[in-house]
Amino acid sequence: MLNRRLFLRHAALIGCSAAAHPLMTPMAFASAPGENRLVVIILRGAMDGIDAFQPYGDGNLRGLRRTLSRGPDHGALDLDGFFALHPGLSALMPLWNAGQLAFAPAVSTPYRDKRSHFDGQDMLEAGTGTDAALRDQRDGWLNRMLQVMPDMTSETAYAVGAEKMRILDGPADSLSWAPRSTLTLSPQAERLLEHVYHDDPLLHPASVQAIAIAEGLSPDLLDDANGAEHLELARFTADRLNRDTRIATFSISGWDTHAGQANTLDRSLKRLAAAIVALKDDLGRNWDTTTVMAMTEFGRTARENGSGGTDHGTGGAMLVAGGAIRGGRALGAWPGLGEGDLYDGRDLMPVRDIRAYAAWAMHQKFGIDRSRLEGAIFPGLDMGPDPRLLA
Amino acid sequence: MIPYDQLAAIRLGFGLSPRRRLPQDPSELLSEIAQSTRPGDLTTDRVSAILREGQDIRQKLRAGDADAREPLQQHRRDATRTRLRAMRERFARGVDARAGFGERLAWFWADHFTVEGADVYQNLLCETFVDEAIRPHLNGRFADMMFAAETHPAMLRYLDQSRSVGPGSALAQRRPKKGFGLNENLAREMIELHSLGVGADYDQRDIEQLAELLAGLLYAPRRDRVFFPARSEPGPETVLGVEYGADGQGRLQDIRAVIRDLSAHPATGAHLARKMAVHFVADDPPEALVARLQAAFVDGGGDLGAMNRVLAEAPELADHMRAKMRQPFDYIVAGLRGIGVTGKRVRNLNGRMTRLVLTEPMALMGQPWVMAGGPDGWPEEGAAWGSPQGLAARINWSMQVPQLLLKELPDPRAFLPVALGDTASDALRWAVPKAESRVEGVGIVLASGDFNRR
Repeated sequence: MLNRRLFLRHAALIGCSAAAHPLMTPMAFASAPGENRLVVIILRGAMDGIDAFQPYGDGNLRGLRRTLSRGPDHGALDLDGFFALHPGLSALMPLWNAGQLAFAPAVSTPYRDKRSHFDGQDMLEAGTGTDAALRDQRDGWLNRMLQVMPDMTSETAYAVGAEKMRILDGPADSLSWAPRSTLTLSPQAERLLEHVYHDDPLLHPASVQAIAIAEGLSPDLLDDANGAEHLELARFTADRLNRDTRIATFSISGWDTHAGQANTLDRSLKRLAAAIVALKDDLGRNWDTTTVMAMTEFGRTARENGSGGTDHGTGGAMLVAGGAIRGGRALGAWPGLGEGDLYDGRDLMPVRDIRAYAAWAMHQKFGIDRSRLEGAIFPGLDMGPDPRLLA
Repeated sequence: MIPYDQLAAIRLGFGLSPRRRLPQDPSELLSEIAQSTRPGDLTTDRVSAILREGQDIRQKLRAGDADAREPLQQHRRDATRTRLRAMRERFARGVDARAGFGERLAWFWADHFTVEGADVYQNLLCETFVDEAIRPHLNGRFADMMFAAETHPAMLRYLDQSRSVGPGSALAQRRPKKGFGLNENLAREMIELHSLGVGADYDQRDIEQLAELLAGLLYAPRRDRVFFPARSEPGPETVLGVEYGADGQGRLQDIRAVIRDLSAHPATGAHLARKMAVHFVADDPPEALVARLQAAFVDGGGDLGAMNRVLAEAPELADHMRAKMRQPFDYIVAGLRGIGVTGKRVRNLNGRMTRLVLTEPMALMGQPWVMAGGPDGWPEEGAAWGSPQGLAARINWSMQVPQLLLKELPDPRAFLPVALGDTASDALRWAVPKAESRVEGVGIVLASGDFNRR
């Protein structure tokens, strides 16, 4: 495994925020850095990209997949005459038509061969290469991005959800909050706690911040989510992005489809699509300046297994959405599914480092220069040519 | 001046309890540790059997037997239930203890030798790890605990030792195309985290040599041993200037020998003494206490019981009262004790209540069960446990969980001395009687800095 200690846990200790609250001293927020917004969704468990974006134009697909990924004749939505969208993602078809959805069908991190979820996710979130001095890498790549961004405030970046997001771990301040974390206190209880915490240098600022976040939530924010976690994550994320937050990350799990993939993947894809649609709806005008990247630790085997599923593979798909992108197309080359095309004779061959897409997005939307991206943020990465991902 | 029983229970245990008579002096406190050395019901043998069952079902699935799908789901459910039962037992032991020093020590040493969950089997092994590698040695020799920990299946899986094969081993020679090689993960952590400490005088060569020496350790659920000579690297290996395995073939005794020497290294005593003082007394610990702990370790030849006594008798406990944040596990156990819940009640929590009372709050407070995030374990510094979300989760627990568990909540004014004895701050004494309801009054006590610190 990668050495996990390298991710320093970071508990952001932050000062008071400007929530309008009787017991707090209002303070001004520093101005948020620009209007561009980046959301990174980590798909934990390894999404089968071949099924999500089915390359039905590849003649070898049929031989590899008996019951899965059967293209437009079996319910998938044709995208470009070669790829078809899994019906579970059909809610995203309007985005595709509007040029606000794209995908890279064959990408990966530098992680190879062991195919462990945990190590794969660690590497995806660390943003490191295999040759880097991993032991010196103490933080996730979104945090390293924050470290070089000007005009940062503690509100700039948010890890949403109870799940630990290593991608945002590190010395730069960020916030984390699970949408379900409510803090409903009577005014009297709040006043009494304020008194009790008043002289505690650690708990006083934390309580002020907690109360501010909880009370700043629109009371009906999670109403339509009906307890569905992915919708809660998306709605809370949009709520933050509509304020001072510009970078947010959360994860959706349920992709490890070793068996019965026809049902299990459909469920997970529907959740992903619903989360993206909820982001778009709630962001309103701000969707125009938003880039959403959904990334997974690795892909799955090209060949369907004996239990109607797929096993851990290598190359996989990344989904990109948002009003800020130049979508309606597949990004990068298609490596093919022929015998000699596969990695290790079994997996989709990755044609590009997934980090390159993130780096180009950060370069174009947040003005981070290339040497920093290839040095500090994604050590050892060659960004390569501009994929012209963004509008 | 805080009475010893309250001081020791708050600082070295899980706080006060209306149901138990607290240990009155260091001897009573120390005598409690013996109970914590007893293992629970779940054993690694049992986990291996569960793992084999899972392998067999998956084998059928791979062979195209679709009827095996339902048994696989049932198998997963059963294993998860077994795991939750073992987890509840950890909480229940703390709840039922007189003070809980033994359980706190079990947590401390399990964290020193951190293993993390992954699949359902690894989650189960993380539970047997505490019972089999840690508990028996709480009052014993560090070298024995270290040997048990480094060779336990949970550790062999967690730090990739099961993937490590000597490049010159019989297995690698026989199957040269398989690309067998060493994995240094366990070797590195054995020196860097488990014994000498990262600042000590060793180099990469020592780690490589130790990795060669360790090759052969493997968890194989269908075998009843953990050392396989065919995977071991022909010796000898030199670690920190000492030669091991001179007679060629790798042996488990050589691993025992190197662990004995690592344990006795001067840097190890210093490392462990400081770590213990940081965990039990203060993030920035008093040097005199560190020195006494180190001396006890060295003079006793790695005797952990001697270190326990130093802690139990330490005057620094009073000097640094409430210098530490309770970690979420300590906090929840302390809360359950404080409101007078029994260990039996905790053991019998159903799945939903387990989630509401234990697992979800632990995760929201930042300490998801057996997922420390790295082999260096949970952070010690208070700031790591005082994030807004973490505190919100503690406040929510305080306000919501007591009424889930108790038919009738105590009068908050009476509850305050039950939970905090003579140690409550003036601010808290002022606030509690002013609460609008029992729920909020009890909640304010549990949410207070007084209760969140130890």
